[in-house]
Amino acid sequence: MFSEFLQYLFTGATIGATYALIALGFTLIYNASHVINFAQGEFVMIGGMTTVALTGMGMPMIVAVVLAVILASVLGLALQRLAIAPAKQADVVTLIIITIGASIFIRGIAQVVWGKEYHSMPNFSATQSLEVFGAVLNSQSLWVFGIGAVLVVALVLFFTRTLSGKAILATSMNKEAARLVGIRTQVVLMLAFMVSAFLGSVAGIVVAPITFTSYDIGIILGLKGFVAAAIGGLGSGVGAIVGGLALGIVEAMAAGYISSDYKDAVAFSMILLVLFFMPRGLFGAKVVERV
Amino acid sequence: MLNQIMQSRLRGVMLLALILIFVPALFANPFHYELAIQVAIVAATVVGLNLLVGFAGQISLGHAGFFGLGAYFSGIATGTYGWPSIPALIAGAIAVGLVAWIVGRPILRLKGHYLSMATLAVGFIIAIILENERALTGGPDGMSVPPLEVFGWQLSTFGRYSLFGLEISGVQAWYMVAGVLLVIATWFALNIIESPIGRALRSLKGSEVAAGVVGVNTTKYKSLVFVVSAVYASIMGGIYAHFQGFITPDLASFDFSIVLITMVVIGGMGSTFGVILGAVVIELLPQVLADFQELEMAMFGLILMLTMIFMPKGLLPTLNTVVSKITRKKAAEVRHDSTG
Repeated sequence: MFSEFLQYLFTGATIGATYALIALGFTLIYNASHVINFAQGEFVMIGGMTTVALTGMGMPMIVAVVLAVILASVLGLALQRLAIAPAKQADVVTLIIITIGASIFIRGIAQVVWGKEYHSMPNFSATQSLEVFGAVLNSQSLWVFGIGAVLVVALVLFFTRTLSGKAILATSMNKEAARLVGIRTQVVLMLAFMVSAFLGSVAGIVVAPITFTSYDIGIILGLKGFVAAAIGGLGSGVGAIVGGLALGIVEAMAAGYISSDYKDAVAFSMILLVLFFMPRGLFGAKVVERV
Repeated sequence: MLNQIMQSRLRGVMLLALILIFVPALFANPFHYELAIQVAIVAATVVGLNLLVGFAGQISLGHAGFFGLGAYFSGIATGTYGWPSIPALIAGAIAVGLVAWIVGRPILRLKGHYLSMATLAVGFIIAIILENERALTGGPDGMSVPPLEVFGWQLSTFGRYSLFGLEISGVQAWYMVAGVLLVIATWFALNIIESPIGRALRSLKGSEVAAGVVGVNTTKYKSLVFVVSAVYASIMGGIYAHFQGFITPDLASFDFSIVLITMVVIGGMGSTFGVILGAVVIELLPQVLADFQELEMAMFGLILMLTMIFMPKGLLPTLNTVVSKITRKKAAEVRHDSTG
């Protein structure tokens, strides 16, 4: 009984930590620009697929990872410069469609370059799994938690200790005021998209040994990240982490105890339920509309 | 000039009807007809969605859910239970309208991205149910649907019919049905827009708070337009099921929801004829891009992005501005010449 519960918890928390990283990317971009970036999932895919492709060419794992992360970050920057920045006056929905266009474009290129097959990636450590109270813990899960925790700490330090981090925070609070005190908000936006793409690609790399990867995994992982961010409350970093973990764990429990066919339905019912009672998510800022 | 034509309800609908009548002159084979029928059905759906998105300013990323529900209601009622087509379509529309009303009440209180998220969730849940209730829906493999039957008269794409002594093929007959439905859907939408309800909806888009202050019952109108757009989707979904003769849960998928909202935005939010143009463009684009083979998907994404970046208001409104700029310039030149 308990070991079964523990098993679902491990599985759920692992995938949940991935969702949390993706959701943090959504949060960053949302804070800096109020855009929901539907291409976020493609950075996840780029991370996993590039690593698989480069290691397949005989490159050492660590080099492949670094290159994959750099590629994704550059793509994030390009997305902001080439697609989002030129459409300044656009409606919210128009911006959504632009990011959807971008995600279809990236996916289309990935499909040509890497094909449509599923690819697997070996665990980071030689040890495959550990046993904890009768439940099996995939060694890769520890990597997911570890890297996730390191990234969260790094983000906290970035936002509280560095000038660039504070500039992003200032811009998200009040763009005009930020500009008045001399912050170059255009640079801040570029930075936000880069960091967000970086987070997404890391999520894609660490989760690849567990879930496989292919050119089209970005759609569903990106959506789950959006769901996690909305559960937590758009714009809240803590919310993104809690939302991601909660979503992952609820999904795993639903798949284990109810039915795996309906695990996604449970996840989406959860978001509806949360929004019914808390229309701005768990940790969303209370905003009063000024008229 | 173009603007004036579009603003006049009757002339706009007549222009649409004329285009629908003369377009078949360009068709070379049954495949072209099938494509046109599909475009017309989807366009009518999008005209309904535009009432919600373009006029009331409420984003839906799950509208395919209602289309899928309508399709499966018709499919199951006629196929499994042997109902006639028309009562099935009507009952489906009522049932889907009721579903929309029930989920719409709590959802429509949400704003902005939270509303997008909630509609997306509703669409997903519907798609998952259709996929997993295998006994009823046939699961991911889909189910077949009998042809449309009107007063004992079967309309199959494979049939041959005679109309006023003219022999026409099944697809030609279907084209007429789809064309007439698109005209009716457009006419109905234009009438809603010009009615007091339409004015209330537009006030919602401007500012919900302001609308509330001047006495518009915002909750009532939002859920009304949500139900109307869901009913549009349901009826067209049912029609689509009969036309294709085979349906899968993909009809309710997130992908299709995105296609629908893309048509609205790319054609021009809030312009009924614009969103029809959007449906035509998005449906035909893959046919044009097929030449790019492997790169088809990348090209589609690229075109979508570029169009939205350079024409954020959508195709038809941008075209309108360009045309009126040119005519104004011409008029100014003429005046200049005569005075100078």
